[in-house]
Amino acid sequence: MTKLIHNLVQNAAGRMVPAQINGQEAIPYQGLGNYRPTGRKAAPPIRSCVDYPQDGDKTVGTIKEALVNAGLRDGMTISSHHHLRNGDFVANAVFAAAAELGVKDLRWVPSASFPVHEPQIAHLESGVIHHIEGSMNGPLGDYCTRGKMRGMAVLRSHGGRYQAIQDGEVHVDIAVIAAPTADPFGNATGDRGPTACGLLGFALADSEYADHVIAVTDNLVPFPCIPWQIQGNNVDQVVVMDSIGDASKIVSGTTQVTKSPDRLLIAELTARFCDEAGIIQDGFSFQAGAGGTALSFALFLRDMMRERGIKARFVRGGSTQYLVDMLEEGLTEYILDGQTFDLEGVRSMRENPGHQNTSPFTSYNWHGKGNFASMLDAVVLGATEVDVNFNANVVTHSDGRLLHGIGGWQNCLASKCTILPIPSFRDRIPVLVDEVTTLCGPGELIDVIVTERGIAINPLRHDLLERLRGSSLPIRTIEEIKGEVEDICGGPAAKPELGEKVVAAIKWVDGTVIDCVRQVGD
Amino acid sequence: MSRSGEAGQKGPKVRSDCWVGVELKESGGLKIELKSRVEGMFGERIMAQIEAGCAALGVEHAVIQVEDQGALPFTLAARLETAVLRAGHKAKGEYLLEMKEYCLYTSNASRLRRSRLYLPGNEPKFYINAGLHDPDGLILDLEDSVAPAEKDAARCLVRNALRAVNFYGAERMVRINQGERGLEDLDWIIPHNTHLVLIPKVETTGQVTAVAERIAAIQKEHGLSEPVHLMPIVESALGAWRAFEIAAASPNVVGLAIGLEDYTADIGAQRTLEGTESFWARAQVLNGAKAAGVQPIDTVFSDVTDMDGLRDSVLEAKSLGFVGKGCIHPRQIAVVHDAFAPQDAEIEKAKRIVLAFEKADAQGLGVVSLGSKMIDAPVVKRAQTTIQIALLVGKLVEDWREEDSGVKPGARLKGKYIEG
Repeated sequence: MTKLIHNLVQNAAGRMVPAQINGQEAIPYQGLGNYRPTGRKAAPPIRSCVDYPQDGDKTVGTIKEALVNAGLRDGMTISSHHHLRNGDFVANAVFAAAAELGVKDLRWVPSASFPVHEPQIAHLESGVIHHIEGSMNGPLGDYCTRGKMRGMAVLRSHGGRYQAIQDGEVHVDIAVIAAPTADPFGNATGDRGPTACGLLGFALADSEYADHVIAVTDNLVPFPCIPWQIQGNNVDQVVVMDSIGDASKIVSGTTQVTKSPDRLLIAELTARFCDEAGIIQDGFSFQAGAGGTALSFALFLRDMMRERGIKARFVRGGSTQYLVDMLEEGLTEYILDGQTFDLEGVRSMRENPGHQNTSPFTSYNWHGKGNFASMLDAVVLGATEVDVNFNANVVTHSDGRLLHGIGGWQNCLASKCTILPIPSFRDRIPVLVDEVTTLCGPGELIDVIVTERGIAINPLRHDLLERLRGSSLPIRTIEEIKGEVEDICGGPAAKPELGEKVVAAIKWVDGTVIDCVRQVGD
Repeated sequence: MSRSGEAGQKGPKVRSDCWVGVELKESGGLKIELKSRVEGMFGERIMAQIEAGCAALGVEHAVIQVEDQGALPFTLAARLETAVLRAGHKAKGEYLLEMKEYCLYTSNASRLRRSRLYLPGNEPKFYINAGLHDPDGLILDLEDSVAPAEKDAARCLVRNALRAVNFYGAERMVRINQGERGLEDLDWIIPHNTHLVLIPKVETTGQVTAVAERIAAIQKEHGLSEPVHLMPIVESALGAWRAFEIAAASPNVVGLAIGLEDYTADIGAQRTLEGTESFWARAQVLNGAKAAGVQPIDTVFSDVTDMDGLRDSVLEAKSLGFVGKGCIHPRQIAVVHDAFAPQDAEIEKAKRIVLAFEKADAQGLGVVSLGSKMIDAPVVKRAQTTIQIALLVGKLVEDWREEDSGVKPGARLKGKYIEG
């Protein structure tokens, strides 16, 4: 019997969560909207112009040089961002340089990590990195799930990351911002250059609150870089690299719509649900991701809008060529874009004033004076598991392994109607369960589940149930659908055996701890 | 002599299937080695199922390896049984899973057969959700989609699917192989509530009667009485020539279908989108079916990306008199149903004719007139059929006579059976 390594407390969702995370006091989840901290936001140190080049030229030769200038030392926190997605060269270059400098015990706070960041495992092993706070999947997720990381991972939503930095919960010593185009002063944009990615919103918090900000670009233009999303006035140094990323892995040339008949069925049912629920009206708004099902949903919706001459006021992206087509066709007046997934999205953002870049501050931040997510009429998201109380999991597999980041998922639950189109099971792995393996979103916020075997409306939504009464859609209870799936799969799945060790904490949008992930395997 | 056998698929790309290797032994009991994607969740259930299967098949001593990629129980059972049989084991019986209640519904000779979806017989991943796409019929195919070496595996899998997979109201169809192998197929499928058997490449009435007789024999043995419907497929010049005789060969024939890939090859023509080369054969099948009083069923539309082409093709088939089309992708089904459904104007006209007929009938008048036009009996009959189909596909409500706004565009199928 290993001794209990954590001091666990029960939170308002009934989950046992750590009371301390990496030695820092953590607040357990207190229920929806109940945790409302007071006090003041964090602030970066005051700087003086005289300490910076009067000609505005902040360029330095290498990342290593910049890290030395920034005063890098053991135990510091370095942040980076995922707008270059799986094509990112910068985060790996930063930690390679840190390793060369012999620095240890760093905390890496990426807005998300990708399989391209597998080399970080070597830095975790050698002690350069102490732990990661940010979403992990692929090899890093596996490494973390197996309990190999020294510290506890912390997973936050995009909005939660902004909130944590703004509230001072995460103090970033050095922020490194990959910039597809920048000027020597540090103004930067993501909508142009050989490694254009669209926008740089994920880096906004870091640029405002970090002690030291380094922009890294492979497309240096003379001042001024127009437009800029990152302000040079927040940037300390500018580094020029030959290439900051692999363009083919940053955005795709074209976005593929799913051909899977089952996913198409789910997407079509979702669109028909929106129709019968009265959501599709002139001036409405919606958000759907770029995943196969969500994308097809948008296409079914587009066809309905076209047929009836309905126009949306705005659509929130993840933008793709399909949303761009809708914008250009006049089916929506604006795209409020948080992330651009393909070349058409990037082009549109560059050229079309109706295609507006946004940030986690405007769209998602819970500790702000409102945000865009709660204004959406409908949002369509995925999930790895949903339980009979409509609680949902988006980070782990039913076998307990870390699989996905939270992304904007938790933040989007604030919309007026949150719909999860999901298969009821995948290759015998149940998606509808009695209790989610990891709680990421409270059931009170999840309104509708659309599966290939029927649509379940959250009993809390009397209005939707009433509205859909007598509908020709297959409206069923979530228990009914789950029962059918268990019959198909030959009984309910056994729960995975989880270890004692907590390997990751899951934050709610207000910075409280909603759940944690236990070690699996090894 | 080798006493080992294997069945199924393995590898990281395989989904919803498994591979089972069996090595029969003289002693030592059962040794089961399991590797599964879902081991943590279903490992114990999988082990229990392998043991139950071995008991049913009379396998006492064997080394059994399972590599599982999320196979459902009906697939695991089929792979085990096939591997055991391939190892040369004389099974003491079949390993039959419980017949699910939802597999027990019956069919009807004159039901709608607008769409029939082909499912390759040895690919379990396509089975489980196929019925959700609402085809009129689901075909578990043992013929062309199954490689010769896998015919035994497909039979076993199809039999298990007939007992375990919910077809959600679709007619439960199986396409058997040609000749003797096809007759053997029947032994595997007829006891498990097969509604309809498609007989491929039919050129003689004897092919149909042989199937009908074998079915009758199997049914007698199992004490079954529900009729099993037959749908011969004409796929050659000779078959087309004899369309009527084939359609009339057995009282259990409910439809006559044409398969154009093989037909065009047989006559030495290229299959074109316009289809001039097959017009005669289609007309022959259509009239043969009509003459024999069965449903004329058109070929499959094979370009799964061309939905507009599919719609045009169905409208053309409908205009000739065909009442069904073959599908090879679930997304084709809704398009087919929509194209076969009576158009709004057609329904409106039919309503006026039926109302005029009913009025005349009530008044004891022998002659029906609408406006200045006399309406003949066949016109009334056609209008009644249109109304019946419109009711079936939900484009008309039951009490359409009271409500004038009877047409419900976009409404869903409510029931599937035409009154006999």
